[in-house]
Amino acid sequence: MQYKSQAVAKPYFIAAIGLFVGQILFGLILGLQYVLGDFLFPAIPFNVARMVHTNLLIVWLLFGFMGGAYYMIPEESETELFSPKLALILFWTFLVAGALTIVGYLLVPYATLAEMTGNNLVETMGREFLEQPLPTKLGIVVVALGFLFNLTMTMLKGKKTAISMVLMIGLWGLAVFFLFSFYNPVNVVLDKFFWWWTVHLWVEGVWELILGSFLAFVLIKTTGVDREVIEKWLYVIVTLTLITGIIGTGHHYFWIGTPEYWQWWGSIFSALEPIPFFAMTVFAFNMVNRRRREHPNKAAVLWALGTGVMAFLGAGVWGFLHTLAPVNYYTHGTQITAAHGHMAFYGAYAMVNLMMISYAMPILRGRAANSNKSQVLEMWSFWLMTVAIVFITLFLTAAGILQVWLQRASDTPLPFMVAQDKIAIFYWMREWAGVFFLIGLIVYIVSFFVGGDEKETA
Amino acid sequence: MSGAFTKSMARNIFYGGTVFFFLLFLALSFDTHTQLPKRDMRANITPQIAEGKKLWEVNNCIGCHTLLGEGAYFAPELGNVIVRYGEEGTKAFIQARPKEGIPGRRSMPQFNFTDDQLNAIVAFLKHVNSINTNNWPPNSQG
Ligand code: HEM
Ligand code: HEM
Ligand SMILES: [Fe+2]
Repeated sequence: MQYKSQAVAKPYFIAAIGLFVGQILFGLILGLQYVLGDFLFPAIPFNVARMVHTNLLIVWLLFGFMGGAYYMIPEESETELFSPKLALILFWTFLVAGALTIVGYLLVPYATLAEMTGNNLVETMGREFLEQPLPTKLGIVVVALGFLFNLTMTMLKGKKTAISMVLMIGLWGLAVFFLFSFYNPVNVVLDKFFWWWTVHLWVEGVWELILGSFLAFVLIKTTGVDREVIEKWLYVIVTLTLITGIIGTGHHYFWIGTPEYWQWWGSIFSALEPIPFFAMTVFAFNMVNRRRREHPNKAAVLWALGTGVMAFLGAGVWGFLHTLAPVNYYTHGTQITAAHGHMAFYGAYAMVNLMMISYAMPILRGRAANSNKSQVLEMWSFWLMTVAIVFITLFLTAAGILQVWLQRASDTPLPFMVAQDKIAIFYWMREWAGVFFLIGLIVYIVSFFVGGDEKETA
Repeated sequence: MSGAFTKSMARNIFYGGTVFFFLLFLALSFDTHTQLPKRDMRANITPQIAEGKKLWEVNNCIGCHTLLGEGAYFAPELGNVIVRYGEEGTKAFIQARPKEGIPGRRSMPQFNFTDDQLNAIVAFLKHVNSINTNNWPPNSQG
């Protein structure tokens, strides 16, 4: 570790992994409820388990982003973090707020939780992914501002590289677009319109800047390729991201009451969104092929290549699959959407965080890379989780195609629940693939605890 | 990438392109807002419909259902439930959910709504059904 203060990243990474485990356990509950409808009912209804699953996902990704940024910015700026103490205070604030929110979801009926937490003052709850009570939402804003202040101050007193600029734009954008979660008009069309300014402009906008920047950082470190080359690539990638992704928001404005012309704008621009993801894959492979050194951390390089490929498949290919308006007319809000959501979130954002953790954690623990034994396990976990998510995606896609066929495209459309019963076999297979995912995650965690005594030299 | 294309050129295209397309997006959004009143039926929104939307939110209905195709995919689309069940049918369905669920089946909670609350929810769903969605969903099954 070049700068002492980079150590604040460590608790963020540990918390991220812990919450990831929670996310997957609740995913398995959801998957079972899909086939054994009354599983855990009425103690944990599906909607509650789903909030826990998706909110834990978002929160662990945010922990990962923050940890990654606290690790990267001092090194890029070549100076100590402005305030390590603030970083630790914010860590505990965020962890406690997050934990209380999840406990609230699980122990208190949602309507009561809304009542207790001031939803009557500012009504923001009860919208997908933005279910958090008002105090939690405010907490997120406070933590984000403190975090951004800390990093911006660090950057101002040090070097300003392209990689850290792109990261900071991504993180500031993340905070700014989150503010739309406070805007919830009674007009449901407007509500939905601006809901996407948080959700879409996150995952297909500013978060991609974070993704690109982390990827560029780890590639510089592990391949030794010239910074000029890598940063030029990064600029090209994030340019492609934003010129396609911003107007690409239109692919959510086909059927929610917004004018017809969005079918053109949304289809055309979002059809171009796979290009930056493809560029990321080419970028990663290219840099690794042109490497000037053999970095001992093979696992981190594997995650870097993996996130390129899987983000392209999940976001690029599976996104393109249903993004043209005439197709989306039939697939909108089906298991196809869920299939895409899983591979895209895993491939892009789960994997990039796991890459950053893989690269930084050994260094934070005082070695350039983990022992061979530990890395072999980590690579096993890479393959288990990645292959599992591929199968989850394939099974959900099969379920989705049948759902569209039976319920939407047929001359004698079946009711929703009748169609669901007919495709239950795919939900069972999805659940089994989920079990493999969990095994992969357990192997991942085990890899942190083996072979620590044999040190690998850099 | 060749030497002629420098990093600072790439940076300028990034900033310029982003600003340009963001402004274009704002312009389109602005135009959308001028057209929305004809499509989102905002003139019909009553306090009862607003109350219905709030009940929809604080009971997290979106955690199982879709509304105009957005939400969760565990339970049926409700943007057009009025077409399938009618107003009375919708109310009766919500009211009839068994507290302990239905053995082996996907179960919806019993929310113990009052009559006023049920009326508000149905008014909200009826309003959503009146929005001009470019003919979505493809059929009444949602
Ligand atoms: C890493 C980037 C991405 C992530 C994490 C992601 C994730 C998601 C998620 C979670 C949803 C469901 C939202 C909801 O619940 O309503 C969604 C919807 C959608 N995504 Fe993506 N996405 C990404 C990139 C893309 C790209 C690049 C495309 C197009 C090429 C795309 C096309 C779509 C479309 C068309 C929908 C709407 C599906 C529907 O109508 O039901 N996504 N995405
Ligand atoms: C054991 C593995 C998993 C299982 C069984 C599982 C199951 C589920 C289920 C049943 C839903 C609700 C779908 C619905 O609304 O009807 C869901 C939603 C979601 N899950 Fe998972 N999940 C798993 C792992 C993951 C992973 C690894 C990620 C991302 C890294 C993820 C991200 C999401 C997202 C983004 C949604 C919302 C999707 C949307 O709105 O389209 N899940 N999951
Ligand atoms: Fe999108």
